[in-house]
Amino acid sequence: MIRALHRWPGLVALALVTILALSGAALSVFPMAERLSAPQAQSGLAVADLATRIQTAYPGVEQIKRSPSGKITAYWFDGGTPGSAIIDPATGRGLASADPNQTERWLTNLHRSLFLDDTGRIAMAAGAAAMLILALSGSLLVARRAGGWRRWFAPLRGPLSGRLHVEIARVAVLGLALSSLTALWMTASTFDLLPIEASVATLPAEVSGGTGLALSAMDILVQTPVTELRELSFPYAGDASDVFSLSTDQGTGYIDQGTGALLGWADLTAWERVSETIYMLHTGQGAAPLGLVLGFMALGVPVMGVTGVLLWWTRRQGRPKLRHNMPASKAGTILLVGSEGGSTWSFAATLHAALTAAGHSVHAAPMSAFDPDRYAGAERIMVLAATYGDGDAPASARGFLDRLSRLENVPAPPLSVLGFGDRSFPDYCAFAGAVSELAKAKGWAPLMPYDTVDRQSPQDFARWGRALGQAMGIELALAHQPVLPDTQALTLISRRDYGAEVQAPTAILRFAAPKLPLWRRLTGHGFAGFQAGDLLGILPEGSAVPRFYSLASARRDGFVEIVVRKHTGGLCSGQLMALEPGDAVSAFCRSNPSFHAGRGRKPLILIGAGTGIGPLAGFIRANARLRPIHLFFGMRHPDSDFLYGEDLRAWQDEGRLAGIATAVSRGARPHYVQDALRGEGAQVAALIRGGARVMVCGGRDMASGVADALADILAPMGLTPMALKAEGRYVEDVY
Amino acid sequence: MKSLLAALAMTTALTLPAIAMARPVTLTTTLTNYGGDGAYLALYVTDPTGAYAGSLWMAGGKSKYYKHMTDWYRATGGDPAQVDGITGASVGAGRTLDITLDLADALFDAGYTLHIDGAVENMRESPNEVAVPLTTAGAGIPVTGRRYVADFTYDM
Repeated sequence: MIRALHRWPGLVALALVTILALSGAALSVFPMAERLSAPQAQSGLAVADLATRIQTAYPGVEQIKRSPSGKITAYWFDGGTPGSAIIDPATGRGLASADPNQTERWLTNLHRSLFLDDTGRIAMAAGAAAMLILALSGSLLVARRAGGWRRWFAPLRGPLSGRLHVEIARVAVLGLALSSLTALWMTASTFDLLPIEASVATLPAEVSGGTGLALSAMDILVQTPVTELRELSFPYAGDASDVFSLSTDQGTGYIDQGTGALLGWADLTAWERVSETIYMLHTGQGAAPLGLVLGFMALGVPVMGVTGVLLWWTRRQGRPKLRHNMPASKAGTILLVGSEGGSTWSFAATLHAALTAAGHSVHAAPMSAFDPDRYAGAERIMVLAATYGDGDAPASARGFLDRLSRLENVPAPPLSVLGFGDRSFPDYCAFAGAVSELAKAKGWAPLMPYDTVDRQSPQDFARWGRALGQAMGIELALAHQPVLPDTQALTLISRRDYGAEVQAPTAILRFAAPKLPLWRRLTGHGFAGFQAGDLLGILPEGSAVPRFYSLASARRDGFVEIVVRKHTGGLCSGQLMALEPGDAVSAFCRSNPSFHAGRGRKPLILIGAGTGIGPLAGFIRANARLRPIHLFFGMRHPDSDFLYGEDLRAWQDEGRLAGIATAVSRGARPHYVQDALRGEGAQVAALIRGGARVMVCGGRDMASGVADALADILAPMGLTPMALKAEGRYVEDVY
Repeated sequence: MKSLLAALAMTTALTLPAIAMARPVTLTTTLTNYGGDGAYLALYVTDPTGAYAGSLWMAGGKSKYYKHMTDWYRATGGDPAQVDGITGASVGAGRTLDITLDLADALFDAGYTLHIDGAVENMRESPNEVAVPLTTAGAGIPVTGRRYVADFTYDM
């Protein structure tokens, strides 16, 4: 709901908001330029003195104005010719032309009305309203993403366009909200929608009839400092019934030209003061530094526009088109989808197509649209749900659990829940599990037992599909073709071979980083912005299912590096191990932010065995800031499969690697990486006490051995690996 | 043609002498190329004593800017009711404002004066831009304004 409130105003008003922001940013410079260029009156100068100086220089003076920047302008007639100038208050003489700046005038008209008068003003006000909605809904999204308002400035992860969008937003949002709110006020005031009462001094019925009193003899002009002056208008020459009129920061009134007496006075009304403050906050006139800050913040709007559209587009690409999606009230099968990135939607689309082909009427909708009252013809309801973060509802399932728990009567048609997740995360399918538990607790009849799909496995999905077919009494074959990102041809530059002697042929394969068009580099997706720990998906010839390898290099290294071990009968590893420099493979890159080293300064404890060294080596290579990194590495024999052996020595010399402990499993006394960890237990405990982060990469057995060893090491401190995991200080990339 | 008889009937001062006797008068105001945004113009009439008698036209629709037509504003207290129904768009630099309205005969050759106050955003306020006595002899003779009005004519 909030996301929709952010997306649609953003897309619809994109052009308008961009014009508003750019013209506003350009305009924000003028008040400061005026402030710096306008000669300021010396402190204590009285209006009487200033007016006398100007009158001496220009006897036909009619009006003197002072703008909030301190700029003084005089208007006069000289022999019937109108004249005007910006005045140096020290001399009363003109310094520069008082004609309006044509650039500023053009920009102002663009900014407030697109040169379209009232129609344009309304359009621009709509733009400002869109900006305000974007600021408010965006703030809610940022707070939700960061995990609360107090974590407003929490570090961000994920692809560049998303990070850039939020980085700019959380700084600029306050200025943008202020500018759009004040803009709406000013438009309302222009269209007389606000009850703003103007202060009106009553024109005196009688004047003294005298003329010619010197300005310096008028008390009010002597008492009023120039810094409070707004405007002084002179009476018509030769008209004894006319008066001076004076406006100051306090109010406005009239002065008798014969006696200097103040004839009528009205203070500024409260409304006028509020209005003036709002005008100042919007234009920066009278608050030039604030104006510059607001203008600078406005410059973030075009960047947020571009990144926002990219975000929307990437999200949209992830959602497949559904053919023959039936209305909720007419469908026999209701499919409710909880998807964050869109991959669960693609599974739902496969199921939708298969059921439709089997003659069923199917309605697919996001879980957030759950509305059992509309499912009049439903015979079964299915929930396909991913999980966001640590067990939260994914984007398209917000509010589902609340709605379900508030239901007095659960729907009669039986329910089936299928969870999508990644077993290597501690909260595997936590959200789908919660849905299933709650449904059970509320007595919702099950159609099939709760099941899960690991890492988008088509096999898991097909197995569940067969079970579903049985439950429905139909033949159901779910052949899911995962929607793959565009692959690129990667050309091998070099390979280093290890492990042949210990029956574990392994190679470090280095590919040239693909050349990318500018727009792809801007998005920062895939090959445009990968780093060590991200995943390289390789499509082996003869298979549509990609295999994933952890990346051992980052974009800025200029190459794509992975570590591969040949598995007997392995299709993909066999093809990779047969590559010679110059050969190419089809590959794509997938971000894996949960296994990034991050930007902290706290020590890192890297633990890996065999090919698991890949991403860990990448972290060390990228450690230009010399963060303390301690590596625990398990191999079979140092003469055969000491992957990155020479590099590690060089990195240690450069200070990129603080310490290394190895474990050798072949030999008289087999030694594994968890044994090395226990051997250094005291040091490991000290590092963790000091805030170190633990990253583990390798096979599942090694990972569980490491977890056991760590549990023993941490126990005396009253800590557990689970507690560290909850803090994000213990992460695994396990296969 | 904009017939303003009804409107003028509300601004009582102009109709008091003799409402039955009125004639169509065309007021033509041409502006100079003063190099600014559209000008606000207030056209109004004062009686032989110089007191405000009534408004004829207000070029400019936003009442928050009316205070910049300082003489008119002083005379009316800025009362927007004075120009109810006789308000139009502001007039661009170099453009001409043409209005035709029925004016009471009694206003002519009786010491009444037609005034124009002008104002442009971020430029000079020009009260009394034009002040021309209403006489039958003066009809058709262009008058030059002080700052924004290149020439002003009333034709009967």
